[in-house]
Amino acid sequence: MPSLNTQDAANARRQLRRRRRQAFLFVVPLLVFILFAFVAPITTMLFRSVYNPTVAELVPETLEMLEDWSGEGLPDEATITRFAVDMKRMANDRTSGRLADEINRALPGMSSVVKSTARGLRRADDAELAANGAEMLLAENERWAKPATWRAIRSAGQVYTSSYYLTAVDLEYDSEGEIIMRDTQIYKQLYTKTLKMALIITGLTMLLGYPLAFYMSQASPATANFLMVFVLLPFWTSLLVRTTAWIALLQAGGVVNSTLLWAGLINQPIELLYNEFSTILAMTHILLPFMVLPLYAVMRGIDASFMRAAISMGSNPIGAWYKIYLPMSLPGLSAGALLVFIISVGYYITPALVGGTDGQMISNIIAFHMQVSNNWELAAALGSLLLILILVLYWLFDRFVGTDNLKLG
Amino acid sequence: MKDTKAETFLRFDNVKKSYDQENLVVKGFDMHVQEGEFITLLGPSGSGKTTVLMMLAGFESVTSGDIAINGRSINKTAPNKRNIGMVFQNYALFPHMTVAENLAYPLTVRKMPKAQIKERVAEYLALVELSAFGDRRPGQLSGGQRQRVALARAMIFQPTLILMDEPLGALDKNLREQMQFEITRLHKQIGFTVIYVTHDQTEALSMSDRIAVFNDGVVQQCAPPAELYERPVNAFVAEFIGENNFVRGKVTQIEGETAKVETDTGTITTQTSEGLTEGAQCRVSIRPEKLFIHPTTHAHDNALTATFITRIYVGDFIRYYFRLPDGTDIIVKVLNDLSAPEFEDGATAQLLSLTKDCIAFAN
Ligand SMILES: Nc1ncnc2c1ncn2[C@@H]1O[C@H](COP(=O)(O)OP(=O)(O)OP(=O)(O)O)[C@@H](O)[C@H]1O
Ligand SMILES: [Mg+2]
Repeated sequence: MPSLNTQDAANARRQLRRRRRQAFLFVVPLLVFILFAFVAPITTMLFRSVYNPTVAELVPETLEMLEDWSGEGLPDEATITRFAVDMKRMANDRTSGRLADEINRALPGMSSVVKSTARGLRRADDAELAANGAEMLLAENERWAKPATWRAIRSAGQVYTSSYYLTAVDLEYDSEGEIIMRDTQIYKQLYTKTLKMALIITGLTMLLGYPLAFYMSQASPATANFLMVFVLLPFWTSLLVRTTAWIALLQAGGVVNSTLLWAGLINQPIELLYNEFSTILAMTHILLPFMVLPLYAVMRGIDASFMRAAISMGSNPIGAWYKIYLPMSLPGLSAGALLVFIISVGYYITPALVGGTDGQMISNIIAFHMQVSNNWELAAALGSLLLILILVLYWLFDRFVGTDNLKLG
Repeated sequence: MKDTKAETFLRFDNVKKSYDQENLVVKGFDMHVQEGEFITLLGPSGSGKTTVLMMLAGFESVTSGDIAINGRSINKTAPNKRNIGMVFQNYALFPHMTVAENLAYPLTVRKMPKAQIKERVAEYLALVELSAFGDRRPGQLSGGQRQRVALARAMIFQPTLILMDEPLGALDKNLREQMQFEITRLHKQIGFTVIYVTHDQTEALSMSDRIAVFNDGVVQQCAPPAELYERPVNAFVAEFIGENNFVRGKVTQIEGETAKVETDTGTITTQTSEGLTEGAQCRVSIRPEKLFIHPTTHAHDNALTATFITRIYVGDFIRYYFRLPDGTDIIVKVLNDLSAPEFEDGATAQLLSLTKDCIAFAN
């Protein structure tokens, strides 16, 4: 093979570089967008779930002095005095409430103690406080005399902590620093329920979507388009309209209940709304397109001759479907299942609207911690666990089904 | 209805098919096929060939009429119980199975013992000369190899009847010829009956025992290749099979097997055909290779006077283009030997032919 001379080689290299640069320019907008809209927030969230500087910012000196404390008995008088002085300052610049929240999280019941102490020390004389602070603090509330209280302050003061992750899986540090089960077990159960509901929804969309997509793939284009409109209808109607429709249908005096009552099948309205049932129903409705679209795309590419060939060779239609058609449509089925499952694991709006307390999923609790209880760190920890869970599930999927068995378009 | 003629293996009896309850796609299809025959359905696109095949395989219902194998109607037999092998145009090899698994499929369905399946698969792989390819996926084979796998798969459960719907349609010319040879070889060697569908008339002429020429849902003629070529029963077949010249004229006299036809360039004597009446307009077909340019040593019965237009060199022969006074173009094929004449532009020439090579068809 004749080789290029140096001039040609340089030209070829330059052309290659230019092509690469052009190709890169095409994806730059997406990369920038992803960086700002996805990578940055997710990183912040992950960081927030282990980073909690509030207490450390409020009472830095106290925490520094607490470091020398053994954890047994009370800290020395200087430390307690320092804390009393801090308390007065916080009472006056109205940050004691934040401290109360933080310490309360480490040791329940401390919120009111901190707040009442803050009120008590607000008008204290500075000089007296500096000299006699420890005594005054201990007089405000007996719990200041307990070592557990100070351990709680010290643990709340840690800037980097795993306690939110422990909370997210229903564990906590006890006052000795050991990991124990929490009294209230909610999150693990909630994760299980979320997974269970996502599985049911995935199963239901498969059950509804597979035959439908199959029929659409065999039907004439006009019929297929017509059916496709029905599949896509949930996408085209406003969320609120859809939810209102479900409520009108399912509430105690709604269409379903009154029909059943009228038919004499039930004596009193059954609860169809604001529970797991309504959540699953509404989510199956909204997520069905994610199952049908990839299935339809794959099935349309499967020529009728494959089934015919199998049948002509003596296989009965069900056997031919199982051995030939199903494996060939699997890429669409797994793509649809994966989409529906992952979307429903993280679904928020439908459970919030029609789920009641019973139909809440993990995302609703995350939202609760972000909007109501203001515990962003816990919300971040729960969200990170959700992310990890989804990545693990995807990995399992890849192991057992294979991502090359996936067709998303 | 029981068939009395024992030798009729497959029989179509006035089979009709309508997809839309309005138009008949197949209009009264009749055919008798003997065991071991190679029958080709040949016809233009949309003439109903695939439909006939699908009705035979059981994938389309028969609107009316009867299809019988060995005298027993199979109209109501489920397609998986018909024991008919099929080769599809796109091969329909299962992409998620290896070649060997594809071949084993019809045997597995029949619950054949594993050892026997293995043996049979090896035997048929050898038969189509693909022994080394058993572990490949269909996607890793060339077009011709896929075709051979499809063929082996249709034969491996030893059906007595194999249907092929344009099996070579996707192959290039060389491969096509090779596969035509292959199919003929297997047919001779194993002796199954074949119903073969194609667009390609050379393919049909070279492979078949008999060809059924289809047009518009009706069989125009079903005959061995030579008869179809030499003795077409109507103008459609004469035009559809091979190349042909048509000269317009008027029948002046019919005498037994021959007729006199008056044309613009004189009277010619021709063979008659069905439906020809005295005094009616007609078209006389003459094959380009059956016309000779004067002067020639060949005997002749008829002569047409035509104007030379051009000649095209094709290699082994030369094509001459002439024009009759009424504007009809006439093609003459002459072997590329010393007798191929040269003409000036616009020169006139005498085109000679034998009565047995001219057929008059009613218009
Ligand atoms: N499933 C169907 N529904 C309605 N009409 C059909 C169907 N299949 C075929 N047809 C019509 O029936 C006629 C015959 O079709 P068929 O497929 O048998 O033709 P063909 O001779 O095989 O043509 P080709 O050589 O192009 O394959 C065509 O006009 C076609 O449009
Ligand atoms: Mg066809």
